[in-house]
Amino acid sequence: MAFALNEEQERQLKSILERYPNKMAACIPTLHLCQEANENWVNEDVIQFVAERLELSAAHVKGVVTFYTLFNQHKPGKHQVWVCRTLSCALRGSDQILAHCEKKLGVRCGETTKDGRVTLRTAECLASCGTAPMMQVDKDYYENLSIEQVDRILDRLMYEG
Amino acid sequence: MLKQTQYLSKNYGKPDSWKLEMYEQGGGYKSARKALSMTREQVIEEAKAAHIRGRGGAGFDAGTKWSFMPPPGDKPHYLVVNADEGEPGTFKDRTIMEMNPHALIEGCIIAGYGIGAHAAYIYVRDELHLSKARLWAAIEEARAKGYLGEKPFGKDYAMQVYVHTGAGAYICGEETALINSLEGRRGEPRLKPPFPAQYGVFGMPSTVNNVETIAIMPSVFEVGGDTFSKLSELHAFNDGGARLFGVSGHVKKPGVYEAAVGLTLRELIFDLGGGMLDDRPLLGVIPGGSSCPIMLEDEIVNIEGDERFAAYNGKSVLDLPMGVDTYRRTGNMLGTCCAIVLSDRADPVLACQNLIHFYKHESCGQCTPCREGCGWLERIFDKVVQGTATMEELDRVHEIASNITGNTICAFGDGAATPMLAFIRKFRKHFEDYVQTGGKNQTGELGWLATDRRAAE
Repeated sequence: MAFALNEEQERQLKSILERYPNKMAACIPTLHLCQEANENWVNEDVIQFVAERLELSAAHVKGVVTFYTLFNQHKPGKHQVWVCRTLSCALRGSDQILAHCEKKLGVRCGETTKDGRVTLRTAECLASCGTAPMMQVDKDYYENLSIEQVDRILDRLMYEG
Repeated sequence: MLKQTQYLSKNYGKPDSWKLEMYEQGGGYKSARKALSMTREQVIEEAKAAHIRGRGGAGFDAGTKWSFMPPPGDKPHYLVVNADEGEPGTFKDRTIMEMNPHALIEGCIIAGYGIGAHAAYIYVRDELHLSKARLWAAIEEARAKGYLGEKPFGKDYAMQVYVHTGAGAYICGEETALINSLEGRRGEPRLKPPFPAQYGVFGMPSTVNNVETIAIMPSVFEVGGDTFSKLSELHAFNDGGARLFGVSGHVKKPGVYEAAVGLTLRELIFDLGGGMLDDRPLLGVIPGGSSCPIMLEDEIVNIEGDERFAAYNGKSVLDLPMGVDTYRRTGNMLGTCCAIVLSDRADPVLACQNLIHFYKHESCGQCTPCREGCGWLERIFDKVVQGTATMEELDRVHEIASNITGNTICAFGDGAATPMLAFIRKFRKHFEDYVQTGGKNQTGELGWLATDRRAAE
């Protein structure tokens, strides 16, 4: 079934388009909007939709989607966990945090749990170096992490909501 | 010289510091009012007098950059604020957007007026959801008060500010890649010239400035450009004012601190940063984001041919004031002024491998030397760590890195290769030990979780 936005999302798209002098500039914000409306991933239908609405070629939109890491080309889990692995976090023990996440979730980095609830990934520097180690869960930052805190956060993702 | 200031950070940590009411209690938006009563030339002159060297890493004088914009004509002009902070070790702009967003909005009004722009786009990396929310809320508050819109403060000079998001690409922090990304394309850097002041976003004259560069402008106009510049110990070097310094890694109190320009690394690590974690000796420090070569305590300043630097010669690099020119003349870079500190428990070979992984991942792939070179370096360093590399491969790092530098469209290639060369040169023995003995004599450790770290402080 072709992809479509609901009324509220259409209103948001209109407000995005008003910010720019041309439609192409709305490409990334529109893709974000559509990704969120499509269970957090961008499939061929979404690419086609964005291309038509912004009067771009599907090849252009696909080029944008594949360039940026935050556009998912496969459906992720209900929750996405990114552990920052870059130097400042690594100096503060992010390797141990990642290893603990892998063990507790029973998946390797890059994989989704069998029940489809959590996708575990690493991130390249999330600008949280002074409060390392840290991880991002969906849209929230969790900083100055200890193993106990990671346990509490993951328990909530695995068993609640 | 340690001289802490509170221009940007005075409300940090206070409840509701991001709200208009709090900002105005501290004199907020008076500077924009003042700037709009001046002529465009006067605004640029005031900014020039402050000698604000771009806070995003390149260190170019902000007022001078504004003066490159053509006079307003038929074409619209644009201000673009670079909030794509993604350099490992750098986290200062996030604090401004989250705790003092109105300073950035007010700075946009001042800078926009100065360069003849009626619209400013703040390009924020998508990961920073709190920053985006606080900026949008601040824009709404400012609009509701009439500070943004058709007639800010009654002056007939329409001004709009928008937040634009990226989608996870470090390269979009480079100004021409950012422009491409803002236009809805892949974030691949462009050749310069033409420079953005002639042909920028949407093909129009544009100025791209860092978040901190813009957010400090209200303070500049509050105290006066010259007075602000003189806060700095390096005023004579045209490196003025106060700025945010970050420190992370193996220090007791990592964080963002505000101080006058002229602070030394030793003061940043030991006075503001609380000293080395677990009181271990210092192995090395990367001064301003991961693109800067690592520095060792026993490196001595020796700047020849300029009397003005003579006072610093013979001192440890840790005691050199952190300035754009002082660092450049020692063969290093000040970058974003956010230091990453390594203690002797950290294995420099693992640190180097960690960084090349980042650069390999973030290379946009447009230029062959960078795309292939970063991958090649990563493979060699992976083999070094696994104990399977040869001395020939280690020696090849110089060749590969030298073939990346200067051969790419943007500075990313240099930013990736230069730190690798510094690691190899300064920690040659550690690398050789990995090749010859599999790293038997190294710590084999990069970082550790200290569960009782906070309790011990």
